[in-house]
Amino acid sequence: MRTLPFNPRHLVLLPLAAVMLVPLVWMLVTSIETLPETRHFPPTLIPAGIHWQNYPDALDAAPFGRFFANSFIVTGAAVIGNLVLCSLAGYAFARMRFFGRDITFIALLATLMVPFQVTMIPTFLIVQHLGLVDSLGALIAPNLVTPFGIFLLRQFFRTLPIELEEAARIDGCSRLGVLFRIVLPLSMPALATLGIVTFLWTWNDFLWPLIVISSTNQSTVQIGLASFQGAHQTNWSLLMAGNVMALAPMLLVFIFAQRWFVQSLASTGVKG
Amino acid sequence: MIQKALGSDHLAGWLFVLPAVILIGVFGILPIGWALLLSFQQNDLLATPTWVGLDNYRTLVHDPVFRDSIRRTLVYTVLFVPLSVGGAMGVALLLRRPIRFSRFYRTSVFVPVATSTVATGIIFNWLLDPTYGLANFVLGKIGLGPYGFFQDPDQALYAIVAMTVWGWLGFDVIIYLAALQGVPEDLLEAAQLDGAGRWATFRHVVWPLLSPATLFLVVWSTINALQVFDEIYVTTRGGPLHATTVLVYYLYNQAFELFHAGYAAAVAEVLFLITLVFAVFQLWLGNRRVHYTS
Repeated sequence: MRTLPFNPRHLVLLPLAAVMLVPLVWMLVTSIETLPETRHFPPTLIPAGIHWQNYPDALDAAPFGRFFANSFIVTGAAVIGNLVLCSLAGYAFARMRFFGRDITFIALLATLMVPFQVTMIPTFLIVQHLGLVDSLGALIAPNLVTPFGIFLLRQFFRTLPIELEEAARIDGCSRLGVLFRIVLPLSMPALATLGIVTFLWTWNDFLWPLIVISSTNQSTVQIGLASFQGAHQTNWSLLMAGNVMALAPMLLVFIFAQRWFVQSLASTGVKG
Repeated sequence: MIQKALGSDHLAGWLFVLPAVILIGVFGILPIGWALLLSFQQNDLLATPTWVGLDNYRTLVHDPVFRDSIRRTLVYTVLFVPLSVGGAMGVALLLRRPIRFSRFYRTSVFVPVATSTVATGIIFNWLLDPTYGLANFVLGKIGLGPYGFFQDPDQALYAIVAMTVWGWLGFDVIIYLAALQGVPEDLLEAAQLDGAGRWATFRHVVWPLLSPATLFLVVWSTINALQVFDEIYVTTRGGPLHATTVLVYYLYNQAFELFHAGYAAAVAEVLFLITLVFAVFQLWLGNRRVHYTS
């Protein structure tokens, strides 16, 4: 038995890569096929020509631009809200002494133990009381700050040398000044992690928007995509064109910023 | 004096945490108590709720769909967690050292992480279409099938497992690769010098060093598996013949399609209990087995 002329790991990794990529490649191929080409068995692996028309057709069939704008607003608000509010709270919990600090921190963290699915019915009722049902506000308000983000930043802030902050305080810098001029500039890795994870989570969130949003105008990309599928059941070429448009921006960002995404996800898992 | 009061941490501290405390209080803490209260009510999300005591729980005990939904959720979890976590460990070990094309391999494993659950569901609806799907074509080439996949009550749940492993594998691989970076190379060399074979090196050096990551992933994947919903909503809608009606799907169906919110809240409490039992048991078991380095 001679050794192979190449690393035997390729024998596993190549088929694995194929299994991971084929669903996405097949989506792309189908999105440029004609409808009759999709209604054929064996499947049309290489379409006769490139049928771009599916893309304008999909744009006519559902307001993808609107979905994107909505997702963008909701995700942007969640990212900014988390960065600002988790920084403030995380810094107070890390560095300041105030009445009831520890019990408050524990109470906030304890909510992490209860899955969202358990509390989503009363959360819906609360949003209903606030008059936010079927508006972007219903998607923004509950996502502006997360216990996870507070915990992540608090842990990070505690690893910074406190001497810098003390020196700035003695020089007359306010608490807020210390946070924004000294602590946050040193915390870019943690802030990037929080921003990226919030972005991924909010952009791809489905169950909560499904419950509170009912009109097309207020739909996010994920909700819009699901109802688009509902309306065009087996029109696969049209569905795949819509799917490509809905996925492309996130996938491109992910592939080009892969290192950042990977580092962020890794640090939430291992250190969290 | 005023200057001093303003500078004191009591006031400043509370001002810093106030927005977070209000928001998490309203959307995080308040619903926890309310959820329990709801489970003792009859509530259609609109009219004034009525108090029914333990009636919802009594009905639950005799509800065959509910009992089956627990069974399916457990079957799904027992398949999904070992397949995704175990698979990811193997893939991470293969990807640890750079070889030719390793950037390509990594990217192809990671890409589904950014693919939303809805998009994943739609893609697999097409891929696993019984009549025209690519899967039946490829499997037919090696003499298997054709399968009904999502449309066959005996296969639908397993098809969901396969699809969700595809979607989650990359995240687990990312965690394992990060953990493997912490495995010191000289430790592996020392093991090899001492005559340890590949298996012995893995079993006695790599496995213990990876155990914190494994514990995290097992707990995290179990929680996610017990709550699986998105992919089922987009593909099978709990069908065919309830074959994929898992706990959260049943909860959603009862609360937001049938407007039995009180009954659904009782289902939610059961979900909470199951999640808690799993997490506590795994952490208890894990803390006796996990090897932490400083």
